Amino acid sequence: MNSVVKGTGYILVHTPDMIIRNGTTQTTEMIVNPGSEYLKELPNHIRTYEQAVNYYPNQTYIGNMTPAELAAIPTPWYDKPMENAPRYGKFGEIMPEAEFYLLMQTCDVFDLMRLHKDFVAAHIEAFKANEIIDETIVARVHAGVEQDEIEHFVNDEHAEGIYYNDKLVGYLKRAHDVDVNLSAHVMLENIVSKASSVLATLYAVKNAGINKEDVDYIIDCCEEACGDMNQRGGGNFAKATAEIAGLVNASGSDVRGFCAGPAHAIVDAASLVKSGAFKCVIVSAGGCTAKLGMNGKDHVKKGLPILEDVLGGFAIVITENDGESAEINLDILGKHSVGTGSAPQKVISALVTSGLEKAGLKITDIDKYSPEMQNPDVTVPAGAGDVPLGNYKMIAALAVKNGEIDKKELATFPAKHGMMGWAPTQGHIPSGVPYIGFAREEIMRGEIKKAMIIGKGSLFLGRMTNLFDGMSFVMQTNTSAEAQQAAGVSEDEVKVLIGKALKEFAANLIAE
Amino acid sequence: MDLENQKRVKEFTEEYGPENIVVLLGAAEGEASGLAAETVTAGDPTFAGPLTGVSLGLKVYHICEPEIKELIDEAVYDEQVSMMEMVLDVDDIVSEMTAIRDEFCKY
Repeated sequence: MNSVVKGTGYILVHTPDMIIRNGTTQTTEMIVNPGSEYLKELPNHIRTYEQAVNYYPNQTYIGNMTPAELAAIPTPWYDKPMENAPRYGKFGEIMPEAEFYLLMQTCDVFDLMRLHKDFVAAHIEAFKANEIIDETIVARVHAGVEQDEIEHFVNDEHAEGIYYNDKLVGYLKRAHDVDVNLSAHVMLENIVSKASSVLATLYAVKNAGINKEDVDYIIDCCEEACGDMNQRGGGNFAKATAEIAGLVNASGSDVRGFCAGPAHAIVDAASLVKSGAFKCVIVSAGGCTAKLGMNGKDHVKKGLPILEDVLGGFAIVITENDGESAEINLDILGKHSVGTGSAPQKVISALVTSGLEKAGLKITDIDKYSPEMQNPDVTVPAGAGDVPLGNYKMIAALAVKNGEIDKKELATFPAKHGMMGWAPTQGHIPSGVPYIGFAREEIMRGEIKKAMIIGKGSLFLGRMTNLFDGMSFVMQTNTSAEAQQAAGVSEDEVKVLIGKALKEFAANLIAE
Repeated sequence: MDLENQKRVKEFTEEYGPENIVVLLGAAEGEASGLAAETVTAGDPTFAGPLTGVSLGLKVYHICEPEIKELIDEAVYDEQVSMMEMVLDVDDIVSEMTAIRDEFCKY
């Protein structure tokens, strides 16, 4: 039987100081153009925590409004705040920076990160008050250190400074004196990824209604790499996440594929469950500091706030069929193969129609497509266009070429089979997966029957191949009742046959 | 334009001579096409990459422009580009590209 999506967790972390200190657009600018107008102007464009919470796309990400409700609000969204929007949503939360620093520290198991004792004292109560943060995590909070120690490590020992409201409140030191793979910079990126993955995983477990002990395996699909100079991408973020999240019976591994990583990982997880290897597998990923403020220059130039001010994280719980949750159908997989080439037309055909054709389905048989769900507020001012809309137009054009719809339906296809994007531009985070939580609910409420999740990855960025990549799968209405019914009929038939054979046998005996 | 791509364009230009280079774009929008075209003609408008302040003035076209389309085998174009052509605002791309070429192209 098919595996099911049992529950999902989606979290954001507002990180205003990290935009300036850790986003590569800003750190590159500090090297090549340190006195630039952009760097001077940037601090005036940073949103407050409340502004980030009151932002409709962020509220959609954590599940407080549906994609359809978001689409009903005219763009741009950044100038239309949702007044008094809540921090928590049914999928997760938007965590403020101070509490996230505490979570990061609890995720550091090598004593690399320390915060100022006054900072810890000021924020520990808020951290404890968060219901998702259990006592084992709270117990990992270090009481904090003096300012002298922080300044020593930042000034003399190549540590990364941890800043809050532009004030130095902690350090994260290097894990090796020589190895660049364990530098303070890399360790910070990796601990951020781990901590945000932990948070998403905790929500996914809670939302799925399972026990932490039930999880057999976890697959991490972020875009970072952890290891040392002898095995640079050794891994394993997944198991490191599971340890802090308290998944004591889980093992795990990392799957990578740039932005296509999540789609690959979910297909892997669904296969592990359907094969019977494991009963419960989580796919999770944390956020990326490097991409904070990635399009900041365009946003500042156009007088907009820095909209890439949040880290994203998600986790998907995939279990054996429970008879009600939305299923993952492994018979309808699309994939970009080596021979597919890189023309957009070839790519979209490989991802959308190759799987559907095998199952005898048409493009219009899929109710909703979830490709790259980037928020157009971020991408349009940066000259990258409305990314989901571009994808929907391509899928529609493919349907026209295949003779499934008329050319005049090109304009209406995106609204009918698509959505407006709401996810932060954190690479793997918007890549199809933000809709899985909503798709599960819409399928279970009977509003839609089939949704296709599409992940695409730019492998050429790693300079190992010029190839593009992608993977797609279909979520659908639970079919276990039908499967059982089918199995039940054949069982009855067997009984009838046995009964008939016994009667004949008895009749033969009597005759003799 | 990606910093690494700027570096590659610059290196190819030094190796083969600017008069022998044609840059072919596949960007999805007029604005993005214009920015990339400006980068390889007037120089990097974002002042971030190796082409900052370097006016190569190269010939630059978008794959959907008629001058390029007519050079390509019709069947290949249909297989590789026609779907995107249906989706893109080709008129906007042509007008952006023409404006940049008229102003900055040296060849």
